[in-house]
Amino acid sequence: MKSSHAQQALDKALKGPEFEKRVRRRNAKDSASAYGISIGGIGVILSVLLIMFFLLYVVMPLFVPAKVEKHEQYAIPGTQNETTLYYGIDEYQETALRFTKSGKLYGFDVATGKLISEDSLPLNGQHITSFTVISEIDNVLAFALSDGTVLIAKYGYGVSYPNDVRTITPKVDYPFGEEPVELASAPIEKIAAKQTDSDLVFAYKQMGSDEVVIKQYSKVESMLTDTISLEEGYVGTFELKNTADWLELDGSMRNLYVISKTGVTNYYNLSDIENPALIQHVNMLNNDEKLTTVRFLLGDYSLMLGTDKGNVIQWFPVRDNNNEFALHEIRSFKVGNSPIQTIAIEKNRKGFATTDTSGQFNLYHSTAERHLNSTQVTDKGAAGFVTISNRADGAFVETSDGQLVHYKIENHHPDVSVSSLWGKVWYEGYSEPEYVWQSSSASVDFEPKFSMTPLTFGTIKAAMYSMLFAVPIAVLAAIFTAFFMDKKTRQWVKPSVELIEALPTVILGFLAGLWLAPYMESHLPGFFSLLIVVPLGIVIFGLTWSKLPESIRLMVPVGKRAVLMIPVVIVLGWLSLQLSDPLENAFFDGDMRHWLTFTAGIDFDQRNAMVIGFAMGFALIPTIFSVTEDAIYNVPSYLINGSLALGASGWQTLVGVVLPTASPGIFSAIMLGFGRGVGETMIVLMASGNTPLMETNLFEGMRTLSANLAVEMPEAAVDSSHYRVLFLSGLVLFIFTFIFNTLAEVVRQRMRRKYGSL
Amino acid sequence: MRDWFKKGEHWIWFSASTVSISVVLVFGLLAMISYKGLIHFWPHDVYHIEVKHQNGEKEVIVGEMHDSKMKEIEDPNAPHGKAEIPQYLIKTGNRDVYGIDFRWVSSADVVGGVDTLEKDVVVIERYEYGNVYGHIQSITVDGKTVTDPVKALAMLEEQVEKGTELHDEIKYIEKIEIGAINYKIEGLRLEEKRLRAGGDFTDKDAARLDAERKEYQEDFDKHHKNAQALYQQADTLGEVVLSIAGNKSLTVPVKKIVHFWQPNNLNFGERIGFFFSAVKNFLLDDPREANTEGGVFPAIIGTVTMVMLMAVFVTPMGVIAAIYMSEYAREGVVLKMVRISINNLAGVPSIVFGIFGLGFFVYIIGSSIDELFYSYALPSPTFGSPGLLWASLTMALLTLPVVIVSTQEGLSRIPRSLREGGLALGATKSETIMRIILPMTVPAIMTGLILAIARAAGEVAPLMLVGVVKLAPELPLDMVAPFVHLDRKFMHLGFHIYDVGFQSPNVEASQPLVYATSLLLVLIILTLNLGAIMIRNKLREKYKSLDN
Repeated sequence: MKSSHAQQALDKALKGPEFEKRVRRRNAKDSASAYGISIGGIGVILSVLLIMFFLLYVVMPLFVPAKVEKHEQYAIPGTQNETTLYYGIDEYQETALRFTKSGKLYGFDVATGKLISEDSLPLNGQHITSFTVISEIDNVLAFALSDGTVLIAKYGYGVSYPNDVRTITPKVDYPFGEEPVELASAPIEKIAAKQTDSDLVFAYKQMGSDEVVIKQYSKVESMLTDTISLEEGYVGTFELKNTADWLELDGSMRNLYVISKTGVTNYYNLSDIENPALIQHVNMLNNDEKLTTVRFLLGDYSLMLGTDKGNVIQWFPVRDNNNEFALHEIRSFKVGNSPIQTIAIEKNRKGFATTDTSGQFNLYHSTAERHLNSTQVTDKGAAGFVTISNRADGAFVETSDGQLVHYKIENHHPDVSVSSLWGKVWYEGYSEPEYVWQSSSASVDFEPKFSMTPLTFGTIKAAMYSMLFAVPIAVLAAIFTAFFMDKKTRQWVKPSVELIEALPTVILGFLAGLWLAPYMESHLPGFFSLLIVVPLGIVIFGLTWSKLPESIRLMVPVGKRAVLMIPVVIVLGWLSLQLSDPLENAFFDGDMRHWLTFTAGIDFDQRNAMVIGFAMGFALIPTIFSVTEDAIYNVPSYLINGSLALGASGWQTLVGVVLPTASPGIFSAIMLGFGRGVGETMIVLMASGNTPLMETNLFEGMRTLSANLAVEMPEAAVDSSHYRVLFLSGLVLFIFTFIFNTLAEVVRQRMRRKYGSL
Repeated sequence: MRDWFKKGEHWIWFSASTVSISVVLVFGLLAMISYKGLIHFWPHDVYHIEVKHQNGEKEVIVGEMHDSKMKEIEDPNAPHGKAEIPQYLIKTGNRDVYGIDFRWVSSADVVGGVDTLEKDVVVIERYEYGNVYGHIQSITVDGKTVTDPVKALAMLEEQVEKGTELHDEIKYIEKIEIGAINYKIEGLRLEEKRLRAGGDFTDKDAARLDAERKEYQEDFDKHHKNAQALYQQADTLGEVVLSIAGNKSLTVPVKKIVHFWQPNNLNFGERIGFFFSAVKNFLLDDPREANTEGGVFPAIIGTVTMVMLMAVFVTPMGVIAAIYMSEYAREGVVLKMVRISINNLAGVPSIVFGIFGLGFFVYIIGSSIDELFYSYALPSPTFGSPGLLWASLTMALLTLPVVIVSTQEGLSRIPRSLREGGLALGATKSETIMRIILPMTVPAIMTGLILAIARAAGEVAPLMLVGVVKLAPELPLDMVAPFVHLDRKFMHLGFHIYDVGFQSPNVEASQPLVYATSLLLVLIILTLNLGAIMIRNKLREKYKSLDN
């Protein structure tokens, strides 16, 4: 009766809609959690992929070519058949101002080409005989007039907000007054001018004369009216030795180039303005090539030469070993076969644009040697005068049939290319092509130097030197711990060594940088004697031990030798450091550092690769030790016993049987260690000096990819080339470690399978 | 002997020695950090050193001995014309008078010894300009001047005690009370901005906000007045005049004094007392003088908050991934890829996580959050700049493999019979996992979590990019809702070491503090690691018995 009651209750609970519902609910829950957990698990793959693709996503825009899009085209505003001297364009590309040969100023709307203002320069009835740009960045222009005077004008624009609409009006200022500067007595045929905050220097050639005159003016600020006037200073002259088709004064105002159409160039040094010195006579072109246009790149240092064979060649002065400058050809760009018409430069980077007689517009970057875009402006004849807007996001090109074409340009990272990242680059002011990392500077016309080579080199150097220290110690220690050591000692030795892994690397870095580096500097011979004294001492101790009576020898079995050696090692280490001073006095004139620098000619930094080797090597020990120890410990014991039974000694068994079996494991341990050394940041950041050098010298520092990221990342502007190049170095690190880790893992898995078959 | 070499005996000795070298290095390092860290808290004796300079000038230097180094000098009698003599690093304090805290003294210039104790010297630790070393000349309180040394000392003690109380009160008002009000006022400002941006800012809102603002302003004024009153009270605490080395005197207002002691008159017991109070101050005080003095309290709070938040993120992620791997995934390509991913997550340099965190979390996710929810506060970023949330998420990603591996190990130790038992009794797979397997894995998860926390506490490089700063104006954790401020920047012990050790203008003065901070960090991390090891060992024992 009772049992049937229970049975009934059970039946009721296990049947009916209630029960079915519960089962369904439980099943639903089960499959939901199965899906959830699977997604979560696969999420791990996704997160790794996310990291990799995100890095790629940030890096990719570096290698995208520029996008040039035709925006508007209209008849050249103002009189079409007149030569344009200059276009001033505002920051927003809404208005522009055209300067013409007759001194007319046409302001126009960029979108429609409609004139919004018309004015002319205060020429006082004279006409313009020569024109030059004093400052490309500040839009300061010089117009030489037919009476030998020079008018200096500056393009600018005013922004106002009538009815809350931004309205831009172009305007022209005269920084030294509307009255032209009286420079010469006759019309000026060619003029060049450059300025600094305090000086203004002109170089000019009068009509019919074969002399070039250089005049320096000081800027004098009037106390009362806030105007700046010019006060004449030094004057110098020299006789022309070639036709002055172009007269180019560089930004430092110390170098003057007189260039002929044939490429023949005389290079004068104006350090002493009163006595200009001809320091080089050179032909910049080959054979019968002719120059069509010449201008400076941003920074007024590099000459860009356009030729009639469609080449653009870059030259700049290079200092040789005797501290003397000479012009050198740096690089050349083959634009096409038609003569180059004009070259325009970017005002924020070392980029430039060309137009040629075939009607093509081409965009380049000089340092990165990149051709970024090529656009056919017109099919009818040549493309003429070209100007790039202030932010390099637009360009104007005139065509021979009187049209003005406005392009919108998307060209964010022209300054980076594979060759500039990994190859040697000849930077302005350097005496030869070099690998340089120098990402930022205070000056506007700075040429960023993004060479990853010194950083990668530094990374490998740091990792290599630390492996030199870590591998012998870690591998030998692992061999002893796994093969010889008794179980009881092993139980505390293994965790102690692995404890290093837990130590924050910032502490190791701090000790290495602030304690070890100065200590090592003052005890250099001591550290080198460690390499001899310690091994020698160990052998002598071992030999002596083997000669001791058996009763003493048996007190310490082989498995406990590591404990026995602790005091010995301490004494030996202390001894070699004590030897430092006597050694220094005996061999290095009392100061090894001094001796290294002056006698041996080796540069010495306090924070150097040796410090890194010790400090980072120490940090790598546990990684290598752990994996090696596991590999050796897991070698099947019957192999060992077999070898021992056949009469091999302990060490012979180890070398002949154990190590070959465990070698894949040791290899993967070393790979893992190397991978960790490559990525380690804090130790190198704090103890390496962080100078991006390309020296294998033990006594010099380095800058690694990771330390570089830590130093520069917080300051890099988002989405700038610098930012993306830093991400690229992150990607390089990622790939480095990915390869090493995967290699180590694959080898380890192979080994596991092999053990399985044994 | 040849036989000895042939048998490879020397190699055995070598390998034994490398073990010893590793062990000596580990323990030597720990001993050094402990010694240098602890000595920071021990009261140093103050010495009286008479110096005669090369030009015949005589000088008395009073200060603590901090270091000694051999320096090379020209000596015609020695070989190579050079000899080495010791020189001493003396902390002379009185920075506002001497300009520097530390100076090197060459033993060649010292007249007499360097072991004469300065009698009855008083050391005063100040809120600004570091320590003062000198003798009390007089103390003036309410216009009354006491010159009797014993009475003056007693009086100073009394006044300093009052001063400390006042200082604590002022700090409480300014930091906690006024800080909370400021936070609320800022909240009102943002609310107004938000309402205006949404276009539904009515007069009613304006009136309400103004009323609230007025209320807070009154509150603020009240607290401000209180603080002002306390400041005035502090001004009446008087000042003490000390004679310091170099026949100078120095006046120190009592309100500027943190505490003072007579190091040369302390007995051993008092020294121990001093030691512990110094440790306490180090742990609980705010940093002073660009982090080179005072304590590391905000750094401790910052580190703890960050790792705790990280634990909240990393535990579910890690446990789910581990369960997937050992309970759900079938051996195959997917599982292989998961394994490779985990391996690589563990192997990718931490700085790469840092740039990922900065680029992805901060600049992409953070900016999007700002645009969606905090657009009214723009252009000042809320989540679009490095902060606590992003730092802990980055660290969670970094420590994910640790948790996964540990949890997986725990799961693999659970006998198959338990799973089968659960299934046999009619439980679904998820029920078996949730009710039977997972509770048994808790210790393994704990182990992984502790190891993850230890790793995160010691990692600095990625944090430098995603939220750690040298000096945070506010703690990320406080008494104002929502209590944990995810958008705030914070301080971190590891970064503190880097910053004070390498970026501080006065490296010599800050070194002892850096050693102390290092010791603290090492202790935290070693404790966590040892804890994890102990839990793991216990776990292993437990499952051994289960297997039988």
